[in-house]
Amino acid sequence: MTALLEVADLTVTFRTDGGLVRAVDSVSLSVEAGETLALVGESGSGKSVTALSILGLIAPGRIEQGRIGFAGEDLTALDEAALRAIRGDRIAMIFQEPMSSLNPVLTIGKQVAEPIWLHRRMAWREAYAQAAELLRKVAIPDAEARLDDYPHQFSGGMRQRVMIAMALACRPQLIIADEPTTALDVTVQAQILALLKGLTQEANAALLLITHDLGVVARYADRVAVMYGGRIVESGPAAALYRAPMHPYTEGLMRSVPRLDGFASERLPAIPGQPPDLAKLPPGCAFAPRCPHVHDACVAAAPPLHALDASRSVACHRHG
Amino acid sequence: MQAFVTRRLLALLPTLIFASLIVFVSMRLIPGDVIDLMLAQNDLSTDHDRAAIEAALGLDQPMHVQYFRWIGGVLEGDLGRSLWQNTPVTEQLAATLPITFELGFLALIVALTVALPIGVYSALKQDTLGDYAARSFSLVMLAIPSFWLGTLVMVFPSVWWRWSPALEYTPFLEDPLQNLAHMIVPAILLGLSLSALTMRMTRTMMLEVLRQDYIRTARAKGLSETLVVARHALRNGLIPVVTLIGLQAPLLIGGAVILEQIFVVPGMGLLLLEAVFQRDYPVISGVFLVVGFGVLVINLLVDLSYGWLDPKVRHQ
Ligand SMILES: Nc1ncnc2c1ncn2[C@@H]1O[C@H](COP(=O)(O)OP(=O)(O)OP(=O)(O)O)[C@@H](O)[C@H]1O
Ligand SMILES: [Mg+2]
Repeated sequence: MTALLEVADLTVTFRTDGGLVRAVDSVSLSVEAGETLALVGESGSGKSVTALSILGLIAPGRIEQGRIGFAGEDLTALDEAALRAIRGDRIAMIFQEPMSSLNPVLTIGKQVAEPIWLHRRMAWREAYAQAAELLRKVAIPDAEARLDDYPHQFSGGMRQRVMIAMALACRPQLIIADEPTTALDVTVQAQILALLKGLTQEANAALLLITHDLGVVARYADRVAVMYGGRIVESGPAAALYRAPMHPYTEGLMRSVPRLDGFASERLPAIPGQPPDLAKLPPGCAFAPRCPHVHDACVAAAPPLHALDASRSVACHRHG
Repeated sequence: MQAFVTRRLLALLPTLIFASLIVFVSMRLIPGDVIDLMLAQNDLSTDHDRAAIEAALGLDQPMHVQYFRWIGGVLEGDLGRSLWQNTPVTEQLAATLPITFELGFLALIVALTVALPIGVYSALKQDTLGDYAARSFSLVMLAIPSFWLGTLVMVFPSVWWRWSPALEYTPFLEDPLQNLAHMIVPAILLGLSLSALTMRMTRTMMLEVLRQDYIRTARAKGLSETLVVARHALRNGLIPVVTLIGLQAPLLIGGAVILEQIFVVPGMGLLLLEAVFQRDYPVISGVFLVVGFGVLVINLLVDLSYGWLDPKVRHQ
């Protein structure tokens, strides 16, 4: 059986003043129908660019090579009109910033109803009725009455619920959630994630959950792919990866996860050093300058992603 | 809402009174006075005649007395009488204001139909040839004074093709087509000069709005670029443009004064110009009062339109 989403060897570049930036470099990942894949990595590792290129929304960036297979079609080969028919209908996306991701001059009802109006060719009145239903589903109190409200009348958490409702509107097969809770209060974060996970499961949709928080991964993901400097450095089942991380970067990320049992909600020290400048990547492993286990081979050549068994892969010379 | 408008209108009162004081005093300070002109025209020159005319026109009083008499009249709706025609100023204003209003309104329509589509186009096609052409056009319109363009439009077609724009005014209600045939040329010139800044502002704001996160959300829904712009970007981009149009209101009125002169449109601009040449103080004060009031009302309308464009303002 082939996966619902099958990204193979994807490379995306941006032309900048500092040179050509390879934001995503030969990335391969797959998401099965109904499965949750977490894409984890520090800021600037290329998570959002990977997600946006699935929807074909990376302008001014360019897909240099690779294939994005979705339900048997190659999305990179589709024209703009065909992609538009998929966006918001079969693949929906939730963004990081609930404060700025909703249009300030349109009512919530209109924004949630819009994909239904667009893809289901429904009259606005019927689309509004469905929007009210969706808002109830994401547990917005008094949903019907709030259709006519504007985004500024909602709190951050409520707006992210609205975004989830909007994403679910056309019953997509795949939902991409790009750090959906990073901008929210810690207490609200858990509620929103639980809601998102519950509703995607209920709709039997696949979820590509982007996060830089491994704590989130442990609880909500089936499988994990770890990104560093535009590449996947490790991937595998969430439980196995959590129990025994293999890549030094993953180990570092694990150490910076706050303990779930304690009161400590503050973040523990992150991995020392800076994320790499994507315009000036070294020839060897991108993580080498920060790696505690670095040796000569790491500086000489970048390790390829290497399959350890059917489910786990890692790109590190220690496991070559 | 009603309370808001009333409050705003009342707040205008001190501004208007202050502006009228400045106009009242400055008119009497510029060299040459109305009595000299009248004496010259009637071949009179004795001091006796001068005193008689001054007394008849009430100009023998000290300036502050004249002012308070005038402002007292204004508050009762009486703007005095023209020193030359002896007709009530209100009557002259009532005859000319609608004409200038029509010119301004037509110019605004021209300005918006030129500025908005080109501004949006320019933003969508940033840094293409079309964008450069549009921006150059707006720079040129910004640099060329409309009186110069007006003169060109008068002179060159008549030299080249023996055609010149209609210069005979016909009231709109008498023959709308004839009226528009006359008004359209000055309206286009005035509109074009007004469109320059509006176009640049529209372009800048659209570029700003198109970078916003909610535009990415709209695209991720699968909307076509046309719908993204029309439904999600335009209204957000237009909020500051409306302010700019309000700020340009005095420019519009100033331009109307000049173009009415060139194209012989018997509006308030022409009335003002004649009154200034003749030092017809009550008429001048009356025109400025109306202009000032007009500018303030336009700004009030701009503020009100925010409520419609921006829900955040509406809920405050
Ligand atoms: N529009 C752009 N122009 C130029 N470079 C870009 C652009 N968008 C992304 N990049 C480059 O791609 C890199 C990866 O960006 P991306 O947004 O995917 O990171 P991310 O992993 O999502 O980080 P974050 O956690 O901060 O969201 C950035 O560091 C940047 O160099
Ligand atoms: Mg991101």
